[in-house]
Amino acid sequence: MADLHFELVTPERLVRSEDVYMVVVPGVEGDFGAMAGHAPVMTVLKDGELKIYKTAGGQPESINVAGGFAEVGDNGLTVLAESAGE
Amino acid sequence: MASLKALKLRIGSVKSTQKITKALNMVAASKLRRAQQNAQAARPYSNRIAEVVSSLASRITVGPQSHKLIAGTGKDATHLIIVVTGDRGLAGAFNTNIVRAARKKAEDLLADGKQVLFYIVGRKGRPAIQRFYPKAIIGQHDTLAMKAPAYSDAQAIADDIIDRFDSGQFDVAHLAYSEFKSVLSQEPQVDQIIPAAPPAAVTGNKADSAAAAAVEYEPDEEEILAALLPKNITVQIYRALLENQAGFYGSQRTAMDNATRNAGDMINRLSIQYNRQRQAAITTELVEIISGAEAL
Repeated sequence: MADLHFELVTPERLVRSEDVYMVVVPGVEGDFGAMAGHAPVMTVLKDGELKIYKTAGGQPESINVAGGFAEVGDNGLTVLAESAGE
Repeated sequence: MASLKALKLRIGSVKSTQKITKALNMVAASKLRRAQQNAQAARPYSNRIAEVVSSLASRITVGPQSHKLIAGTGKDATHLIIVVTGDRGLAGAFNTNIVRAARKKAEDLLADGKQVLFYIVGRKGRPAIQRFYPKAIIGQHDTLAMKAPAYSDAQAIADDIIDRFDSGQFDVAHLAYSEFKSVLSQEPQVDQIIPAAPPAAVTGNKADSAAAAAVEYEPDEEEILAALLPKNITVQIYRALLENQAGFYGSQRTAMDNATRNAGDMINRLSIQYNRQRQAAITTELVEIISGAEAL
């Protein structure tokens, strides 16, 4: 289990569902990077950028999210956002 | 007996009606596909939100200090029914069924001595509700302008409703819409949305709750819940709009399919009648000519 399963869901559609190396999530109480094996956490997001690192040391890909939640559980990271734009 | 000319006109008019119903049928079929896709695309989000809400709700103790959207106002006197219908007709009993389900709920509540108010979403619900409960409509959201339900529409409706809830206009809210089961079956549904219905006895999943216990919440559960509950209502309304849209086109397709078939039957019947009469007229004419010729 080297990769983190990452899902980004908006009310309109499932934006992303893929395996990535790390995602940096803008939580209200501070940004955090989620990698595979992260402890379960549930947090409200502030409006900002999700940074998706597909590979270790690679260039991050940014997606703007607004009005969201992030949940890290056994099955990876799920971000629920009201809107997401690339 | 109608004259030949009248019959011919009649056949012509039924034929043009059939063309219209056939076109509407095809339009509905293609819109149905889109609406169905939209409804499916929205499902992951609403499922996830529902999961999170119920897992959070099971972790806090609901008391008077809890968020009002889950604890309620402490009263149970005034009920609001949000009736979500389509904006157009020509869809069989689709709108009627939703209104009927809402009325049934209203009658039950009135029989219990509650006060019932209505909030109308969509154009077709208003006349029917107004006829029975002329003073009970407190608000309306017109959806005619939108082609496909957008999340922002649901947001506007939810904000309006939550404002009214906060100002104490009602204690309990129900959402009446049509659940899209399949293309052929749409079932009118009345769900309670405020206060959030108690998590339906989280199917005794022990492993799940053990896993949830280890979750760290940032900020704490109550605060997350406070942010999440209004969203949950928006999502439920959004889902109702999408399900309605899909159901509407499904119902319209079926209705137009039947109408096209009926028009076909009618054209057949009228054509037979027309041909018989034409033949009878020719026979009479021939008899006249022959007997005229014989008389000479």
